[in-house]
Amino acid sequence: MLGVCSQLMEDFMFKRFACALSATIMAASAAHAGDVSGTGATFPEPIYKDWAATYKAKSGSSVNYVGIGSGGGIKAIKAKTVDFGASDKPLTAADLNASDLYMFPTVIGGVAPIVNIPGVASGQLHLTGPLLADIYMGAVKTWNDPRIVALNKGVKLPNLPITVVHRSDGSGTTFLFTTYLALVSDVWKSKVGGNDSPPWPAGVGGKGNPGVSALVKQTTGSIGYVEYFFAKQNHETVAQMQNASHHFLMPTAASFAAAASGAKWTTTPGNAVLLLNQPGVNAWPISGATFILVYKNQPDAAKGADILKFFDWAYKNGDAAAAAKDYVPLPAGVKAMVRRQWATQIKSGGKPVYVSK
Amino acid sequence: MTAVVAETASDMQVQASRIVRGSWGESLFRAACLSAATFLLVLLAGVMGALLVGGWPAFHQFGFGFFVSSTWDTNNDVYGAAGPIFGTLATAAISLFIALPLAIGVAVFLVEFCPKVLAQPISTVIDLLAGIPSIVYGMWGFFVFAPLVANYIQTPLTSALNPDGFWGKFFAGVPNGNLFVASVVLAIMILPYMTSVFRELMLSVPSAVREAAYGLGCTPFEVVRSVMIPFVQRGMIGGTMLGLGRALGETMAVTFVIGNTHNFPKGLFDATSTIASTIANEFAEASGLKLASLIAMGLILFLITFAVLALARMLLNSNKS
Repeated sequence: MLGVCSQLMEDFMFKRFACALSATIMAASAAHAGDVSGTGATFPEPIYKDWAATYKAKSGSSVNYVGIGSGGGIKAIKAKTVDFGASDKPLTAADLNASDLYMFPTVIGGVAPIVNIPGVASGQLHLTGPLLADIYMGAVKTWNDPRIVALNKGVKLPNLPITVVHRSDGSGTTFLFTTYLALVSDVWKSKVGGNDSPPWPAGVGGKGNPGVSALVKQTTGSIGYVEYFFAKQNHETVAQMQNASHHFLMPTAASFAAAASGAKWTTTPGNAVLLLNQPGVNAWPISGATFILVYKNQPDAAKGADILKFFDWAYKNGDAAAAAKDYVPLPAGVKAMVRRQWATQIKSGGKPVYVSK
Repeated sequence: MTAVVAETASDMQVQASRIVRGSWGESLFRAACLSAATFLLVLLAGVMGALLVGGWPAFHQFGFGFFVSSTWDTNNDVYGAAGPIFGTLATAAISLFIALPLAIGVAVFLVEFCPKVLAQPISTVIDLLAGIPSIVYGMWGFFVFAPLVANYIQTPLTSALNPDGFWGKFFAGVPNGNLFVASVVLAIMILPYMTSVFRELMLSVPSAVREAAYGLGCTPFEVVRSVMIPFVQRGMIGGTMLGLGRALGETMAVTFVIGNTHNFPKGLFDATSTIASTIANEFAEASGLKLASLIAMGLILFLITFAVLALARMLLNSNKS
């Protein structure tokens, strides 16, 4: 009796094992068909994941993207552990040539300052660039400081200490934010500078855009900066900023587009365009494009084609999804320029890997 | 009598022949054990070697200054580990300071005073708490405990104290991510583990010894202090060192609630970082000298843990009597 039972158990276990094994083999073989992996910035992570999901439903190929910070993306593509890297911090033309990388933009977004002040709603608080730099330096310590009150007559600001929240990891969002502060504040430029991991004079660090968002939400009297989508998704209190034309405005997709309208895409070497503190009444001062890094010389022509096929699909079909998340799609002229660059710069064995139709 | 002797002799002969026949099995067993031990030693040496080789550029560049400087400047590539080292030692020390008396107290209560019907369920709950993954404690600390501390401890203290006085500076700081919250979260994390170890140890004291002490007229406090704790001293030291080791190496629970800045904390509620949290935050994108500095910090943590274990060994050996 026991022998029969054990025999049945063995058959059962063997069947389960065989099923599991064949499922793994099938999954593994399915995983090879046109799969692409990328990592990097958390700034565009929401839209890349959205595009990847739709692309998989349409074409069956999966694009795996993990947000670990722009610094991590640059390191990963240089170490060749992923197929493409994503960064909000544009690499200089010299750096790109030294590493044999090519960089192209995908969408444009903005960095929004978020606050947590009891009694202050989204859009009520007004800030300027120099004041924001002073807050982040730790020079302005409470919310009812005269410098903040002067800009915000009519807003009831409590006597609450300011808790500054920044990023604890290397981040392109941080690069955009600190480079903007360096543009508008000489003290910031000399003491801290624009960097993806600067020596913060004050405050606490959160991990990733979601980490900063959560810390600001939790901490009364705090101020932080996140990519605009996270501010919107987590219902954060957003502050208005003063732009280069001395106009106060809220971050919106239209304001990011206004900032991008004057950008000189065709004449900037390596596509390393910065959209900070752009002139224009409706331009958001802390806008930026986010970039993809791929190798100019692709070892596997099919893999190179798969990468570009995904982004070409995103250029053609991803605009609505990007707009829904308050990212600004690139102008048609820029997309055409990028497609021409793909045909001439991304090669495998001397031949271009992908020519867009 | 001779029949018994003859039987025993033949048994022994059979056994002896069994040993001779199975001797290749014995030497195979011995070789397997030896290779397992050697493998572990080689692995340990390999890890230390890798850390040393990886961290060497940082030690070479910064020298002794690496241990005492708290600069962390990515722009100019100057790094110093003093802030994280101090944060690691401070959080571990404060958490042990909080957890150790509590663990002893709970264990003594469960063994001496608790009604038998409650003791078993409470012990089971403590064992379950000891098994909860540490990241859950980190999440609880971030969403529940840190705001409570910010609202009910920090805000009253900062408004009541003069910001320029000594105590005002000591208790000033940031809410939601500071040394105090991280230490308390660590203490709560290591408390169940230490409590269950201490409880097991105290239950192992023979009841004859305890009853003899009571018979001599000792109060429960005297029984615990003079009889039970000396009896289980060695085990308690071992349990404490294990708790301390866990507190030193804890990563994710601490990263949520410690504030993640590189400076030396200026007060109890100031943001700081530990070696583990700094590595967790910055390893993904570090390269060159920054990567070497992080690996060097990993080596320092390795050596700190070694030192703690060596200290435990010393204490155990000195208490051998």
